[in-house]
Amino acid sequence: MSLLNLIWLLLLASGIVVAAINGNIEVVTEAALGAAKGAVEVCFDLVGVMALWLGIMRIAEKGGLVAALARALRPLMVRLFPSVPPQHPAMGFIILNLSANMLGLGNAATPFGLKAMQELQTLNQGSDEASTAMCTFLALNTSCITLIPATIIGVRLSFGSANPTEIVGPCIFATSIAMLIAVSLDYWFRTYSRWRRLL
Amino acid sequence: MLFTILNVISTWAIPFLLLVIPIYGYLKKVPVYESFVEGAEEGFTTAVKIIPFLVGMMVAISVFRASGAMEYLSQALAPVTALLDAPSEVLPLAIMRPLSGSGVLGMATELMRTYGPDSFIGRLASVMQGTTDTTFFVLTVYFGAVGIKKYRYAIVTGLTADITGFIASIYICNLLFR
Repeated sequence: MSLLNLIWLLLLASGIVVAAINGNIEVVTEAALGAAKGAVEVCFDLVGVMALWLGIMRIAEKGGLVAALARALRPLMVRLFPSVPPQHPAMGFIILNLSANMLGLGNAATPFGLKAMQELQTLNQGSDEASTAMCTFLALNTSCITLIPATIIGVRLSFGSANPTEIVGPCIFATSIAMLIAVSLDYWFRTYSRWRRLL
Repeated sequence: MLFTILNVISTWAIPFLLLVIPIYGYLKKVPVYESFVEGAEEGFTTAVKIIPFLVGMMVAISVFRASGAMEYLSQALAPVTALLDAPSEVLPLAIMRPLSGSGVLGMATELMRTYGPDSFIGRLASVMQGTTDTTFFVLTVYFGAVGIKKYRYAIVTGLTADITGFIASIYICNLLFR
């Protein structure tokens, strides 16, 4: 059983127990129902953006653009994803996702990322267990550098910061270290299979 | 200068892709409109497939936060921030970072409103917000879209990266802004 089951249970159960002890159990119902509704809203917000980008990317894919991108970055990609054939379309979508992430184009990044996951899943024999390539991709994705953290710069600006963009350099520094650790740790897990089953 | 360049790229990237890809496809004799519709249909089904995963995760996180359990967790972890030479005010933000994008933005905004964006806390909160990603959200959505239920070591990797990100944020802010 994956660690996720335990984390999920702990979040939910400890929340309810704490609310009960504090005597405000009614917030649990409110939070749970509100979040359930919110989750569906997030997905529906995604529908339009997903449809637009996957539509556009289907054109790019059929024209051979995705494959060309994957070819260009092949030396790096085959090292990061040894289990994915170099010519596989997943490679192109992974690159597109990470590029969009770096540029802070969250709207474009998610559809590319999901398409990359679907392509990786075709190599996974319909399993419901994550493949090593998926884990590597998500390690890169969640620790990816954003060159312009636009939202937080906007917030700083709105509170009258003298230099709203001064945090960009430190962000890139901290994220680079996080990314380095993520990639190394992922490599370690991937290599020492003894640990894979435990987690 | 660098920021201006990056900003221009951000503004132009999407219109550029929307122009170049269809033209490129047309030149390559791809039936552009039909291909677009075909791909778009997939977008809809993918977005719908994520719903159950996201409901499960967002409900648990929301209950955890609304009940005050997160406050207790950050109080319990206060010695750790002291050890790292960081103000304990930013701890709830660090805990929230992997869980919820809107939650963490709300917290960072609140800290900047209270302490000012150019205070040490304000700067540290900004860097933490701009570092790493909402790991749980990304894992839920990405794995959910392809029906993966066993995440294996992906969570450990993601959370270790997050913790590394916070420590690195504290380190660099102490170095530059203290």
